[in-house]
Amino acid sequence: MSLADELAKKQRSISVAEFFEKNKHLLGFDSPVRGIITTVKEAVDNSLDACEEAMVLPDIFIGIKKVSGEVYRIIVEDNGPGIVPDQIPYVFGKLLYGSRFHQIKQSRGQQGIGISAAVLYAQLTTGIPTTVISRTGAATPAWRFEIQIDIESNEPEILRREEAEWDRTHGTRVQIEFRSTLAAKKRLLDYLKYTSIVNPHARIRVEMDDEAFLFERVSDEVIACPEPIQPHPHGIEIGNLKRMIVYSEDSLEDFLVNGFARVGTKTAREMCRLAGLACEMPARNLTPAQQKSLLDAMQQVKVPAPPTTQCLSPIGEALIVQGLEKEIQMDFVSARTRPSSVYSGNPFMVEAAIGYGGKLPPEGNAQILRFANRVPLVYQQGACAITGCIAGINWKTYGISQSGLPIGPLLILVHIASTNVPFTSESKDAVASIPEIEKEVTLALQELGRELKTYLSRRDKSRLQEDRARAVCAIIPEIAAKVAEIVELPPPDISPIEGKIMRKLVTRRETRDGKVAIEVRNYTDQKGAVTLYDISPDTAEDATIRPDFSSRMEQEVTKVWQVPIEPGSVWRVEYTGAGGGSLDIRGIDQKYIVTVDLDV
Amino acid sequence: MSKEEMDKTAKKKLIDIAHRWYDQMTGGGVPSISLPTRTKRNIEYDDESEVWKYGDRESVRSAGNAKSALHLLKMAYVIWFLKKQILENRSSTLRELYYISEGWKKAKFGAQDESNFLIEDLEILTDLQREAFHLRPEEDGATIFGPLRLKEQTRRGEREIHCQDDVGEAGYQIPNNVESVEFVDHDAKFIIAIETGGMYARLIENGFDADHNAILVHLKGQPARSTRRCLNKLNDKFGIPVVVFTDGDPWSYRIYASVAYGAIKSAHMSELLATPKAQFIGVQPSDIRDYNLPSDHLTERDVAALHAELTDPRFATDYWREQINLQLSLNLKSEQQAFAAKGLDFVTKEYLPARLSDMGII
Repeated sequence: MSLADELAKKQRSISVAEFFEKNKHLLGFDSPVRGIITTVKEAVDNSLDACEEAMVLPDIFIGIKKVSGEVYRIIVEDNGPGIVPDQIPYVFGKLLYGSRFHQIKQSRGQQGIGISAAVLYAQLTTGIPTTVISRTGAATPAWRFEIQIDIESNEPEILRREEAEWDRTHGTRVQIEFRSTLAAKKRLLDYLKYTSIVNPHARIRVEMDDEAFLFERVSDEVIACPEPIQPHPHGIEIGNLKRMIVYSEDSLEDFLVNGFARVGTKTAREMCRLAGLACEMPARNLTPAQQKSLLDAMQQVKVPAPPTTQCLSPIGEALIVQGLEKEIQMDFVSARTRPSSVYSGNPFMVEAAIGYGGKLPPEGNAQILRFANRVPLVYQQGACAITGCIAGINWKTYGISQSGLPIGPLLILVHIASTNVPFTSESKDAVASIPEIEKEVTLALQELGRELKTYLSRRDKSRLQEDRARAVCAIIPEIAAKVAEIVELPPPDISPIEGKIMRKLVTRRETRDGKVAIEVRNYTDQKGAVTLYDISPDTAEDATIRPDFSSRMEQEVTKVWQVPIEPGSVWRVEYTGAGGGSLDIRGIDQKYIVTVDLDV
Repeated sequence: MSKEEMDKTAKKKLIDIAHRWYDQMTGGGVPSISLPTRTKRNIEYDDESEVWKYGDRESVRSAGNAKSALHLLKMAYVIWFLKKQILENRSSTLRELYYISEGWKKAKFGAQDESNFLIEDLEILTDLQREAFHLRPEEDGATIFGPLRLKEQTRRGEREIHCQDDVGEAGYQIPNNVESVEFVDHDAKFIIAIETGGMYARLIENGFDADHNAILVHLKGQPARSTRRCLNKLNDKFGIPVVVFTDGDPWSYRIYASVAYGAIKSAHMSELLATPKAQFIGVQPSDIRDYNLPSDHLTERDVAALHAELTDPRFATDYWREQINLQLSLNLKSEQQAFAAKGLDFVTKEYLPARLSDMGII
């Protein structure tokens, strides 16, 4: 037997399932710690996607409980549309099975690997099958399945299939048991918190080791489900093109017009001409070489950008702000949704938000929250193009210190929505560096940076005023007391000084040698007129400014003046009398008024 | 002025400051003080007294902001304390004052520099020396060695001392309050003020004082007020010329400047402290070149200090511009003890006599 024959005996195709068993890291199952987060993430992504398609407000329950030793039971339950019984084994028991793989629209899951990888992981670490319960409506019963994956053939193995009692009228519940640890509990909670920030329409309840957490919804608006669109000629790859050609019954021209976005007869003919192909030939007859020249021709012809609005579902500025405010207390928060744009034929949209102050940690790097299609990215922050953009901005221009990343009580949120978010790897942890996307991220953050700067300078200004106020309230009275002690005189009255420094309207009355003097000093920037009421036994007949109104009631004479005020103005009246009685100012906000009555 | 009169004046002048604030406050105003700006931009040459004094620039400290209000509060506490101290006929050191402020809550000083600075403010406002407030510095006075006879009022009566015959190898120590010393007579041709202890000891060991009838004064780096006051009094009373001998670097030129023209910090009493006729003997940048002295390269800070001196009005003479520019182009500095490279006697037998005769002193 030759060596080649010998080797041939060992050579065989390996199943997808077998491949992934050996390459767990590609899917985020490289460590027991990460396994738990990945499983919850995949299940929650599926639930949110399903609810969105069914136009229901998501109500998701997550249970994580230690069963024994290192074995944990993870339950994720939603109120989505449910899955018909015949499909259940394939959704959970076959890798690369899914409804979204061939669609061009924004969705969380894309490859149909995630949840079945978790099923496989459970099977490999504990051997316990995964239990799925699903119900599609009140009229139909719920079905309960116990499922495993046949590693050789990548086909589902159904261990048990039965009708079941379930209190939900529609939805899906998956229960997976695998070897893991809760060491990354905080990270998991952070993940859910961030998920809830960008999905403010979802309610997520968590029970973890007898502790309960609730991420409540703040918006009752069902988000519009993005509509799928046709692929754009500039965003297609040879593999996808081949797959489309295989299923096509059309002539080449019709195939191009019907199969792609923004391609009309004229564009299609131009493509055929460039590729040197006849428009009328059936698309399925193209040889591999012809397919390749067709793809090249498709890239050369100018095609308008694909429609972007219907296939993308941005969160929106108001909802991002609401989402952030419900989870994190901050002094300033603002969000920006950029207009949609296109890279290599793929529509995308960038949203960003900046938060400052409040309970954010005052020192260290800014907190960065990255999202792709409403899914938080928690690993590989350093490798992500979003982090690169943030570090590339000169934050000092906006009054924020920086050493690589910005520093201080700052939160930066960036959300990229796209029909095809370009990740650096299959585990979908980091966004690849694409110039069109980076430009939009930078523009969004710069706009927000300018807003933050305005906020900060306004805050500094009001701090200056507070500083003045503090000086008055705390220090001047002590100066007055000490100075009085030195000169051995009674402490001076400092309320007019307070009025001056705190920018108030100070009214002061003093009676000396049978003369009453009333002074109104305006240290505010208010103007107009105020009304001065002076009620005392004095008649004020010789007043230097005659009262606008005067009336006697028994012993008391009420004297009323209209006092015009301008910023910095001083108004003064004097009359013969004994003073006393009451003094009152009306016609200006109470908070500006300081009245000093030296007679009382 | 008798001690009682002095105390009365000091007390009145201090209370006057508080009175001004009291009147400002009863008039509805924010209390404030105005003081000359204490930077090199605001010192001017006074032709009459030939010393540098503060100019017309003033800065106003008003209690309208927290920082200045706090400064005023601290000043009020210090005035209150000094008034009490004068009345009770007690005294304290600057350092003790700093510690006493521990009990003043908000008015507590953050560092001793701050309380020293505030006392200088009070000297300016009252036109009195801190001794009038019964405050003493804790720093040592410098030492004197040479043909000089003086009388000192000590706690145990009056002592008459000859600064060669009656003192040890280290010389006579100048007391903090120079006003308690009376200079009786001398047999000196000039006074040489020396920056470092090593060079001072070298001159004593080599008998420089006896050979040239010189009074040696050890400055101990940047000289204390008492040292400067002492040089001022000796020059004033006997008309003996004063020369200053320091290292050849920008920091040492400032030592000379404070002896000759007064310090920026104490320009309010330059007339009492400065000796305008004092001359700089060396080490000059040209000496580094001419004697090929062992030297170091200038650091960035040295260069910055030299440039700062070029804009300092006290150095605005042809001599200093020339020397400083020469030093910048040489990019070198030397210590005074670098003369030891030419033998231990070189400085006393060759360098100083040559310089002194150049300057027309011997």
